[in-house]
Amino acid sequence: MNTDTPLHLAVALDGAGWHPAAWREASARPADLLDPAYWVELVTTAEAGRLDFVTLEDSLALQSSRNNTHDSRTDLVRGRLDAVMVAARVAPLTGHIGLIPSVTVTHTEPFHTSKAIATLDYVSLGRAGVRVQVSGRPQEAAHFGRRQWEGGGAEEMAAELFSEAADYVEVIRRLWDSWEDDAEIRDVASGRFVDREKLHYIEFRGRWFNVKGPSITPRPPQGQPVVTALAHSSLPYLFGAEQADIVLVTPTDPAGAAAIIREVRGYQHQAGRPDSEVVIMADLVVFLGATQEEAEDRKASLDAMFGHPYRSDAAIFTGTAPALAELMSEWNAAGVQGFRLRPAGLPLDLEFIVSELVPELQRRSLFRTAYRSGTLRDRMGWPRPSNRYTVGAPAKQETA
Amino acid sequence: MREATRQIHLAAHFPGVNNTTVWSDPAGGSHIEFSSFVHLAQTAERAKFDFFFLAEGLRLREQGGQIYDLDVVGRPDTFTVLSALAAVTEHLGLAGTINSTFNEPYEVARQFATLDHLSGGRAAWNVVTSWDAFTGENFRRAGFLAQEDRYRRANQFMLTTWELFDSWRGDEIEAEAGSGVFLTDPEAGAFAHRDDQFDIHGRFNVPRGPQGRPVIFQAGDSEEGREFAAATADAIFTRHSGYSGGKAFYADIKARLAKYGRRPDQLVVLPAATFVLGDTDAEAEEMSKHVRAQQVSGATAIKLLEQVWNRDLSDYDPDGPLPDVEPAVGEATIAPGRASVRMNKDPLGTARQWREMAEAKGLTIRQLMIETSARQSFVGSAATMAEKMERFVHDEVCDGFILVPHITPGGLDRFADEVVPLLQERGAFRTEYNGATLREHLGLGPLPVPTRS
Repeated sequence: MNTDTPLHLAVALDGAGWHPAAWREASARPADLLDPAYWVELVTTAEAGRLDFVTLEDSLALQSSRNNTHDSRTDLVRGRLDAVMVAARVAPLTGHIGLIPSVTVTHTEPFHTSKAIATLDYVSLGRAGVRVQVSGRPQEAAHFGRRQWEGGGAEEMAAELFSEAADYVEVIRRLWDSWEDDAEIRDVASGRFVDREKLHYIEFRGRWFNVKGPSITPRPPQGQPVVTALAHSSLPYLFGAEQADIVLVTPTDPAGAAAIIREVRGYQHQAGRPDSEVVIMADLVVFLGATQEEAEDRKASLDAMFGHPYRSDAAIFTGTAPALAELMSEWNAAGVQGFRLRPAGLPLDLEFIVSELVPELQRRSLFRTAYRSGTLRDRMGWPRPSNRYTVGAPAKQETA
Repeated sequence: MREATRQIHLAAHFPGVNNTTVWSDPAGGSHIEFSSFVHLAQTAERAKFDFFFLAEGLRLREQGGQIYDLDVVGRPDTFTVLSALAAVTEHLGLAGTINSTFNEPYEVARQFATLDHLSGGRAAWNVVTSWDAFTGENFRRAGFLAQEDRYRRANQFMLTTWELFDSWRGDEIEAEAGSGVFLTDPEAGAFAHRDDQFDIHGRFNVPRGPQGRPVIFQAGDSEEGREFAAATADAIFTRHSGYSGGKAFYADIKARLAKYGRRPDQLVVLPAATFVLGDTDAEAEEMSKHVRAQQVSGATAIKLLEQVWNRDLSDYDPDGPLPDVEPAVGEATIAPGRASVRMNKDPLGTARQWREMAEAKGLTIRQLMIETSARQSFVGSAATMAEKMERFVHDEVCDGFILVPHITPGGLDRFADEVVPLLQERGAFRTEYNGATLREHLGLGPLPVPTRS
């Protein structure tokens, strides 16, 4: 039994898969996308493959083929469920796999998100994370009616969005720490349920919001659930390096991966964070088949239904599980610590991942053959963090 | 012909963040571990209850400028716990309080629509509103509302979510791979809403849930609140748990329905009810005294008194007489954001009344607080309790009860084992779930399917 292996492996779940026509594959279940049983089965399958975690995509707008407006297409998947709640629905029925829903930070309340993810950590017994994403899309802003982007270029807008996201992550992290672990004392003699000296106002004041605290939810089992961010350029690299525990990146080859990792690590070191604190994983879209030809035929057939070749922000792999394992091994040698695979079609590509890719990675001693009990943080190789508000916490102790 | 027995509706309230909950009891368990929520929900489902209820608070309570530490402190997130409970229950309704002040309609609508999908049609929303700047300090929308605006905003908030729920009729998803038609309506989810509180438009992204929209609970008791409930609520969560007060409230609220074109059975009236169950009535009486003493410790008595006096009374002895000083009138500052303090419009009158009572009966501060704090709604043996509950529902005091156990998480166990079978024997409570959705459990008809204009 091998529980400590170099590679981290995750899948990104979204609708019927990442290819827009995936819902039309014979193995797809397009009528079940709002059925909790569908999500339970997908995550249970991923857990059978001993994966580190799943992510769940989400958005505050209806899917659209256009970036900045709604469309009127009727040939693509439309409609979804709230990702945090799907993760919570799956949590009691799984036992090991990490659950990382996506949350848009641009229009939501950090106080609500902090307690929701803390609660996900309670209901999953320490397996929660959150993938934070920003949104500059005008149709999402119109759903909230409060913020209109006034002029300025795309770069200026991105700077604002990530600056707000940094404040947001700071607030949710402070709120998670706003209860010390031993704040609940239940002292019958004095009648005190908590030691209020161990509850902390976070007193965050920023440009977009002020949050007083403490959280209403006690510090979650992991102390700090896992914060994840997908990054494609310098600004989000910096954000991820400063704020996230897992940075998901989108290189196209090993050399590109090494360059991105150097840049992320550079920002991370500037922020005073050692390498071990941040895991860098690569996103890959995968079209899998029993043979190279079968995989290519699948992709060609999906592209034909969609009307043009599928494009992605991440590299696209089309082929067999052993070939994918070979590619992952090469990228791993270039410094990529793990992969978040985006199955082109669900459940088919996930089943390939679990039944063929995982055994291949195990043969190469790149991937665990069993789960060791513990939290998601344990699996990612991080200790339970000390609390920033605890006086004399180990991390803050300095020798005289 | 014998009149059919009126059916009782029952719900289980997760013990609250207040002094009703006796955390100090040796049987008292965690208020945050998921296992406690599972225990209470599964007990309620085993007993064929209509629903589980979880309250909400968005700022830790304070009194005298400090975090209030004598009651349970800390809660989970409502949506997350209810979604997780949907995985470990099959029939039980899942009701949660969600504040309309510190949320946005689009987000709350997608959360409730999601809960309805994840639970197969068991979602319910207790719509509450608050307007205090104290709670607002945790939120972007930190500004607070004038009291006179709060119902208007709550009403507009809720009706806006209804427009979002109704933006999908429920038949748009065809998902026909052969023809490539996923959606039959290219504009599914389209909405545009504009009033003086909300100006939003676009496409709602959660298709219609099994119930159409969550079952709507309200708790308003003012004239305006009752009208709002009569117009829009499916159920009322009321404080009127006594016989005569309940009967008057019930008649009043049901009489308001006709003008909105609604039948009396379209609004279910459910008071919160506490209970102490014993082997005999005499034993239950004794237990009830013990529980009330647990609920009002000396320290708690002083804090409760401060909420009326609106000043620091920490130097007073709970086992001594009432303070000589008068309550501080004017703005209630001792316990910001707490509804019970705001509601007390006449602290001087209360103080005078309490002094008279304490003098007449020779009561200390703590004894007086025990005397004036609410007695449990039902005290007695299982037989007594079943008889009384059935009578309340028969006499139209209410349509059932939201039971609030004082012990977490096992406080409902005995009720489920001993009282429920007696109610079932009397033909007053279901022995099996007959419907799939919470609307069906509550006897509410299906909602009309919206038509696209």
